[in-house]
Amino acid sequence: MTTPQLQFERITKAFAGVPVLREVSFDVPAGATVGLVGENGAGKSTLMNILGGNLAPDAGRMWIDDEPFAPRSPIDAARRGIAFVHQELNLFLNLTIAENLFITGFPRTAGLPWIARAELHRRTATLLAEVGLTISPRTPVERLSTGERQLVEITRALSIDARLLILDEPTTSLGARETRRLFELLARLRARGLTMIYISHTLEDVLRLSDRIVVLRDGEVVGQGARGEFDVSRLVSLMVGRSLTQLYPTRTRAGVPAARRREPSEVSAGQNAIAPTRPSAHRTEVGAEPSALPSSAPLLEVRGLSQPGVVHDISFSLTAGEVLGVFGLMGAGRSELARLLFGLEPHGAGEIRLEGRALPRITPQSAIRQGLAFLTENRRDEGLCLHASIADNIALVSLREHCRGATGWLDLDSIGRAVRRMREAVRLTPTASNSAPVKLLSGGNQQKVVLAKWLLVQPRVLILDEPTRGIDVGAKFEIYQLILGLADGGAGVLVISSEIEELLGLCDRILVMSRGEIRDELRREVFDRERILRAALHASKAA
Amino acid sequence: MTALATSNHEPRTTSSALRLFQSEHLVLFLAAAYFLALLPFTPGLAARANLVNLLATLLPLFVLAVGQTFVLITAGIDLSVMSTVALTSVVGALVMNGDTGWLAGHPLAAPVGVVVMLALGAGVGLVNGVAVSRLKMPPFIVTLTTMMFLSGLAIWLTKSKTIYNLPAAFNALGGSIGSAAAIATGLAVLAHLTLARTLLGRWLYAVGHNPWAAGISGVPVAGVVTAAYAASGLFAAGASVLYTGQTETGSPVLGQRLLLDVIAATVIGGASLFGGRGKVLWALFGVLFIKLIDNSLNLLNLSLFAITMVKGGVILLAALLDSARTRLATVAA
Repeated sequence: MTTPQLQFERITKAFAGVPVLREVSFDVPAGATVGLVGENGAGKSTLMNILGGNLAPDAGRMWIDDEPFAPRSPIDAARRGIAFVHQELNLFLNLTIAENLFITGFPRTAGLPWIARAELHRRTATLLAEVGLTISPRTPVERLSTGERQLVEITRALSIDARLLILDEPTTSLGARETRRLFELLARLRARGLTMIYISHTLEDVLRLSDRIVVLRDGEVVGQGARGEFDVSRLVSLMVGRSLTQLYPTRTRAGVPAARRREPSEVSAGQNAIAPTRPSAHRTEVGAEPSALPSSAPLLEVRGLSQPGVVHDISFSLTAGEVLGVFGLMGAGRSELARLLFGLEPHGAGEIRLEGRALPRITPQSAIRQGLAFLTENRRDEGLCLHASIADNIALVSLREHCRGATGWLDLDSIGRAVRRMREAVRLTPTASNSAPVKLLSGGNQQKVVLAKWLLVQPRVLILDEPTRGIDVGAKFEIYQLILGLADGGAGVLVISSEIEELLGLCDRILVMSRGEIRDELRREVFDRERILRAALHASKAA
Repeated sequence: MTALATSNHEPRTTSSALRLFQSEHLVLFLAAAYFLALLPFTPGLAARANLVNLLATLLPLFVLAVGQTFVLITAGIDLSVMSTVALTSVVGALVMNGDTGWLAGHPLAAPVGVVVMLALGAGVGLVNGVAVSRLKMPPFIVTLTTMMFLSGLAIWLTKSKTIYNLPAAFNALGGSIGSAAAIATGLAVLAHLTLARTLLGRWLYAVGHNPWAAGISGVPVAGVVTAAYAASGLFAAGASVLYTGQTETGSPVLGQRLLLDVIAATVIGGASLFGGRGKVLWALFGVLFIKLIDNSLNLLNLSLFAITMVKGGVILLAALLDSARTRLATVAA
């Protein structure tokens, strides 16, 4: 191989004491394509944020062409020739292709402040020809398909003379034809000697496109080498085989969760290392409340639910007392499914039945009335009124229950009691007063407020979308306890997560989604990280 | 439990000056300070007649500001209030006047007139509200066009003339200071209780803070927003009853220049243009402040232009103070 163009040397980064990257070192040879793979949370994004100048490493160094590289801002990184093509495209939809490409420096007419239109469009056309896009430079970006937008984004990278192109999940929203077109372009760019880092969950693509592959797991490089040394199965094994020391509560029949420490797994990568922490046949030995067993009649039943472009033919059921997990990678349609169930988005074909009764057109209001609750993945924008007080946030959903008569006169005493009760139930930090704005709370406590607000209406079906995202370990554990406690009380819980570990520790059953469809279903007895990840990686276009 | 979003949690370093600065009554203190500062230079500022006059012009503006508070809490704005005042004044006068009125001379002319005015005001608000909440139109544009349309309508209805000879019983409602104060107080208490103690009140604040989160929490967002505009229209009609009674005429140009006073007073009082914040009491402080400036500058014999300029400057200062206060609160937290 040639000399490395980019080197990572013992890059280390921690957030609030939680290590995210641990001494990550690898080289990106000049002119090569390096595939970077790893599960969600393995540290890929953090590493790329450091490379892109969004974050500074706690320790470690980067080198470009044997010169130290420590970007202080994204502009810094761009100046050194580093260009990103993100999952969420960063284009101005209202502007034309040409305007997007030259937004940072339009060609001018002889030093005057007027844009040289002809020159602009001529140069854009040349660039577009390079990536094989035959569209007028005057086309507004909003009229382009996702694939075309992606090509425009790559064109922009090329136009600033990028020497290192980073592609982060570029194919998630592309169709088969567009993907092929992208790959052809990448092959051409590689032939021209452009260095690239390709990040994807579609392992077949990574194997096809890369010269070298680096596997990250829990912030460490667990495997790297030439492409020939890997196949899909080896990659999955490397990505999965982590030893975790995270706490998960176990369920007991009394509904009082007790902590049990998950022993660090000694099993090597590639084997199913997971011992269930939650007794699969819980409560059967006692049989105190046989009606609450997951084997009873379904509480929530979904049949053939489809929404074009979002989910396809989703069928599953959820029984009282059950914790059902939904796993999927980015873009698998897991959050979209939850939003359909709660009536936030309309659904096409299919039906949703609650305790045997079909729910007609659902709105959040009717869903709540039927006993559904929904903790969304975006707690700041959708879960909380950040500037409102803790008490007002907790009381919001259940206010109706504290009304006297038709005037809507509120019984403030009973609201106050309910809020206090909930604060204790979710163990919200006692240092914050009821009138303090939620904004001031930590992420974990904010999430507890959202949970409290939903628990207050005693839901029969609780849908949780990424309930522990961005939350410290201690608060995570408490939230797991609350979830299990709720299930023990007879509610059905649907947990959506992109962390396999979390679902394995928490659920009775796991559904695996990919590309809007359910690909696999596993009961606790047969929980298997590798099988789950395989199903989630199921790429319909690989066939 | 207080209503939402009071900033009465104390910063760690509590000097009393800082506490005063952060108090939600700051505007009241400022108004008092202004009054005391100008007292020596302004002849007749504290005279009984002047104070009564101050109160008389303050009351209808206060009612308007209270209505505006409802809308501001939902992160909206209602620019149509003054034209609602004009239209309801004209229509009320058309119903009641002793010359050509539909109910001329009828003993029930005054009560029917008032009911018609209130219903009309609420109806205008309802239209605004539906346009904003259901048709998803920007509040600024909706109420701006309503303002233009209604002003035109009021003038067209009266052929640009004022209508005299209203029933004495009606004129007394706004004309007698006691009655006007009672009406304004009654409306204010009603608004305060609605905001602080009812389901609708809580929903208004929640929608203002985060309409998306409120919707997911089961709040009927569109209905709540509509209610806010309806309330604003209703209170505008209430203010119109007071103004029309004070002037004893139905006028299509009633209170034309007062729109900025209403919004400035409400915002100076502490309601946020970004939604989620606002109280009836705050509106009172804001109105008091604005009216005090008006009144004192008048007494100083300044020209209308000078008054407007000074007023603009003072409002700017108050806004500056408020943003400094907000910044301080964020730092202290």
